[in-house]
Amino acid sequence: MMEAVARLEGVTHRYGKRLAVDALNLAIPAGCMAGLIGPDGVGKSTVLALLAGVRKLQAGSVQVLGGNMAEKRFRDEASPRIAYMPQGLGRNLYPTLTVFENLDFFARLFGQGASERQARIHDLLTATGLDPFPDRPAGKLSGGMKQKLSLCCALIHDPDFLILDEPTTGVDPLSRQQFWDLIDTIRGRRPQMSVIVATAYMEEAERFDWLAAMDDGKLIAVGSPDEVRGRAGKASLEEAFIALLPEEKRRGYQSVVVPPRVVAPDEIPAIEAEGLTCRFGNFTAVDNVSFCISKGEIFGFLGSNGCGKSTTMKMLTGLITPTEGWTKLFGQSLVGNEMEIKQNVGYMSQSFSLYTELTVRQNLDLHAHLFHIPAGEIDARIQEMLTSYDLTEVADALPDSLPLGMRQRLQLAVAVIHRPSILILDEPTSGVDPVARDSFWRTLIGLARDDGVTIFISTHFMNEAARCDRISLMHAGKVFAVGTPEELAERRGKPTLEDAFVSYLKEASGIPEDAPASTAAEKAAVETALSPAHAAPMRQRHFDPGRLWAYARRETMELLRDRIRLWFALFGPVILMITFGYGISFDVENLTFAAFDQDKTQQSRQLLEKFSASRYFSERPDIGSSAELQNRLKSGEVNIAIEIPSGYGRDLKAGRQPEVSVTVDGSMPFRAETAKGYVTGLATGYASELMRQSGQSVPAISIETRFRYNQAFKSVNAMVPSVIMLMLVLIPAIMSAIGIVREKETGSIANFHSTPISKAEFLLGKQLPYIGVSLVSAAVLFLLAVFLFQLSLKGSFSLFALGTLLYLIATTGFGQLVSTFTRSQVAAVVATAIISIVPAVNFSGLIIPVSSLTGMGRAFGLAFPPAWYQPISVGAFTKGLGWGDLWPNMLALGGFCILFFVLSLLLLRKQDA
Amino acid sequence: MRNRLRWLANLFQLFIKELRSIKADPIMLVLVLYAFTLAVYSVSTSASTELKNLAVAVVDEDDSQLSRKIISALQPPIFQEAVKISAREADMALNEGRYVFVLDIPPNFERDVLADRPAELQVEIDATAIVFAGNGSVALQNVIANEISEFRYGGGLASTAPVNLVMRSAFNPNLNSVWFGALMQVMNNITMLTLILSGAALIRERERGTVEHLLVMPVGAGQIVLAKILANGLVIVVAAILSLVVVVHLLLSVPIQGSVLLFLLGTTIYTLSIASMGILVATFSTSMAQFGLLAIPVLIVLNLLSGGMTPMESMPVWLRYAMQTLTTTPHFVSFTQAVLFRGGGFSLVWQYLLIFVGFGGVYFALSLMRFRSAVLKG
Repeated sequence: MMEAVARLEGVTHRYGKRLAVDALNLAIPAGCMAGLIGPDGVGKSTVLALLAGVRKLQAGSVQVLGGNMAEKRFRDEASPRIAYMPQGLGRNLYPTLTVFENLDFFARLFGQGASERQARIHDLLTATGLDPFPDRPAGKLSGGMKQKLSLCCALIHDPDFLILDEPTTGVDPLSRQQFWDLIDTIRGRRPQMSVIVATAYMEEAERFDWLAAMDDGKLIAVGSPDEVRGRAGKASLEEAFIALLPEEKRRGYQSVVVPPRVVAPDEIPAIEAEGLTCRFGNFTAVDNVSFCISKGEIFGFLGSNGCGKSTTMKMLTGLITPTEGWTKLFGQSLVGNEMEIKQNVGYMSQSFSLYTELTVRQNLDLHAHLFHIPAGEIDARIQEMLTSYDLTEVADALPDSLPLGMRQRLQLAVAVIHRPSILILDEPTSGVDPVARDSFWRTLIGLARDDGVTIFISTHFMNEAARCDRISLMHAGKVFAVGTPEELAERRGKPTLEDAFVSYLKEASGIPEDAPASTAAEKAAVETALSPAHAAPMRQRHFDPGRLWAYARRETMELLRDRIRLWFALFGPVILMITFGYGISFDVENLTFAAFDQDKTQQSRQLLEKFSASRYFSERPDIGSSAELQNRLKSGEVNIAIEIPSGYGRDLKAGRQPEVSVTVDGSMPFRAETAKGYVTGLATGYASELMRQSGQSVPAISIETRFRYNQAFKSVNAMVPSVIMLMLVLIPAIMSAIGIVREKETGSIANFHSTPISKAEFLLGKQLPYIGVSLVSAAVLFLLAVFLFQLSLKGSFSLFALGTLLYLIATTGFGQLVSTFTRSQVAAVVATAIISIVPAVNFSGLIIPVSSLTGMGRAFGLAFPPAWYQPISVGAFTKGLGWGDLWPNMLALGGFCILFFVLSLLLLRKQDA
Repeated sequence: MRNRLRWLANLFQLFIKELRSIKADPIMLVLVLYAFTLAVYSVSTSASTELKNLAVAVVDEDDSQLSRKIISALQPPIFQEAVKISAREADMALNEGRYVFVLDIPPNFERDVLADRPAELQVEIDATAIVFAGNGSVALQNVIANEISEFRYGGGLASTAPVNLVMRSAFNPNLNSVWFGALMQVMNNITMLTLILSGAALIRERERGTVEHLLVMPVGAGQIVLAKILANGLVIVVAAILSLVVVVHLLLSVPIQGSVLLFLLGTTIYTLSIASMGILVATFSTSMAQFGLLAIPVLIVLNLLSGGMTPMESMPVWLRYAMQTLTTTPHFVSFTQAVLFRGGGFSLVWQYLLIFVGFGGVYFALSLMRFRSAVLKG
């Protein structure tokens, strides 16, 4: 028995109820290339994540590099020695960052100095052949290049244990070969390095030194590839894997046989394309592609991710209009006959794209209807599909609850329910286990051979490609070979289709045929990249400002390149400030009034003049009748109607207290209340004037009101500082919450789990950019307040500035706290918005003054920063207050900064559950 | 003809599918239910601009029968029990925001009143409490003036005035702010939820890739967009009418003056126009999170600047025109107020219906254009 680099004992892992790993015992040999094989969803990724320490161990024990991964201290110590590359193309990369910036970020996380970083990045880029593109954003790389970059990122710190989770899924054969050669070279240089790789490609596993085959969370075979094949008595690993599956899984399995095709001469081609070209801006996704496929043919379409396969298929289905060229299906041009042609095409896209909220039957039903299958036949046809695709038992289940293989069958059933004569299938089998894949293919072959359906299919699996009648090879937007699989292999003089494909790719990429995958220069670079001189001793510091800075720097770059988030961060507050500033106005002016003057005497006119003279009222034409009065109030044209009865002047002179009735439109109570106040004030003045005229004694008491802080009594003076309070909690909190949750969604959170960065460094590093951006928007809000809303800062600027800074630290910290318990960006946005808006709007003095709040409301307000910041903002702007008045609020804000940070620290998990 | 029927049949199928999708999204349904029931109830009953619980402090330098009478007249619900403070404390108290009003009764006030000598009361008002300072001070002055008049002449103000001013409030006699708040809340919810629901319906399909799937079938962009608009619009209209009748009318006992049918007609057309707007916003974003970031400002602008919160005439002219020419919502607010508050009939509001149709058409055309260029190309 070889020495083990890692050992799992009795490891069991569940996700909710689902058992992913079942009492697994496994010892992975050191210093070799170990493989973990099996289809999607058998627990491979979980095992690797446990080995890397990024997932929390639930039961059992995991020993890696001689230590216990359940102990935090050992994990911290070991993390610089382990490198982990998660599943998914470039999933741990940052798509908007360039190749160089991505590597630079990882190098900084491992505490490398500037010159060391430069040297290592240069060497690694040379070694992987990425050196011509250091400035290309990672998101714009092809699948193969992404994986090489991911590998570079993993190798930047000379790990002793390299963990690769499906590194070559979706990558073209040449890149795949280059990738493995690169790993071989590296291992040649650093023999002490152990590697474990998970893969779904059985062909790849042939080159591993040791492998473990998994199914349903259990091991089904362990040993060298020869041993595994020998045990099953099969020639290939794929067959061996199927043979080693438990009995109930193999039941009904037959190997796939492709009967020969009977070619009918002189038929109109089923699919004909000529000079198809598709450009997106400067980028040519598909370049002058032509082919001609006859009826009943199975046409395979091979190429790496991002080479233009999907775009070509979309052009065939009419989803994308080609920039140049044309397509004909059965001799009919796509243009102009769309609806008719679509009736004849079935399509199945790369990922599962049926309605997950509809049951299996409802999905079939929807498609049957949309394709206008006659109403009388629909039920029978659905039944037929359910039976022949073996879906009867799950007819009323939701697709999400079905295993992947079954979902693919459903997709196919849906695609053929209307008996199309052409089927276009975009990578229909990726991720499906070999048994299900083969049964899928048997159905396809049946459709082609028995029903004469033309099938256009793209795939990554070479054994699937070999079953096609003809295949075309595509790379970088161009098709460079078409023919039967045998022809293609023959033409290149290669034994297998895969070798032929690689040879074609080399030619297309300008690599000499006999050149090894990595050149001598690259090998030399690997040598230097991994020479001990580079391997500076790893300093393990508890708190490293360098790592913090690495995160802060990277987050800033990402934020600056994300237009929507940046727009929201910078313009959101501005738009909302203007909206709130003007939108929540309690200034009641321009009230329209009209008089129904039935008296028309000097006295009645004197009264009405009072109204016309007031700046609050604006006069409308007189009212002629009671009915008109009602109508004009109803239409909203008049807010106030004044009715003066006939005999008003006479009664007034006689001192008989004539009645004047004023009707106010009460539909907006606040406006009506204020209007009534105005009318009362006006009436009081009018009454005093009358009394003085008639020589009566006038009460000599006056009530002087002084509007403090806001003499003009303008809404904006009071609202704008409060709105600053609201804006600076809402937007910074949402931004910082998204900042972390985004990483959970895209998968780059894996870097936090697998590198030596500590929780405090991570939180502070991710917080800094948002504090910075928020400070900018706070400054803009300040300028808006001063220049647009004409407020002047009456109090202390230093108080306002420092208070705002503390407030922003607190509110961004609050966003981070929310992000620790939300999983999706949507949830983060909604939760943060609700939790911050409620106390800020209702309990912080925005509308209802804090002095009017009682008990619970007040306490609720004080539990959040806005209630403490509002007095600072209002105090500094409107009330003219300074440090002497507001130092307790500053202290409280400081307290919140610390509180939120500590809570986030406690709730944030360095390992996944 | 056959093609047209098929077009309609597929539209109907997609419409049914949309309804099923809405039904299968419990979070959205709970949100709709919450917004149209609990939120309407709690927001309209709690967040009101009615004068309530105002904090008043009194610097009583007279300490007479009259001054005590004035102080004791300041009573809930409008005022909190007045608190006596010293003259020195007054500034500090206002700075700290402990009171909104500080009333100063000067020495010898009662004596001056009895002798009909001029006397002056001072009310210091914290004018940063903008919502309550103005109306509150009017209420405060009324209370004080009444007390003085009663004390001096043995009767309230009205008895001495030369004119008998009778003030009435049309459509809402007691100026009950719940009447206003509840209906405005229903209106805001219609706008907010329609936009979110229809936008989310498109994003969901984009995120899952089902849009492509649909377009490969004999289905056009117009049907997809229209089905979403109709289905989501229908859900909101039904919820809104139920909310209006059950929560607003029956539970909160708000009288509905006008025709519910007329309101239903207007709301239906308006909802379709906002649903189109939701699709339009959704075409600018590729994920639900981006949609959220775009939708939040749009919704806040629509809700605050449409006259539901602050009367349109209190806004700057340019902003008023901008809102009225770019969005439907201000017209919807006017329409609702005319129909539900003031009982306006068809003859008064027909022009609003035309406006809704116009906006709906423009938004729909724009969203269709964007859908084709954004969703299909990228």
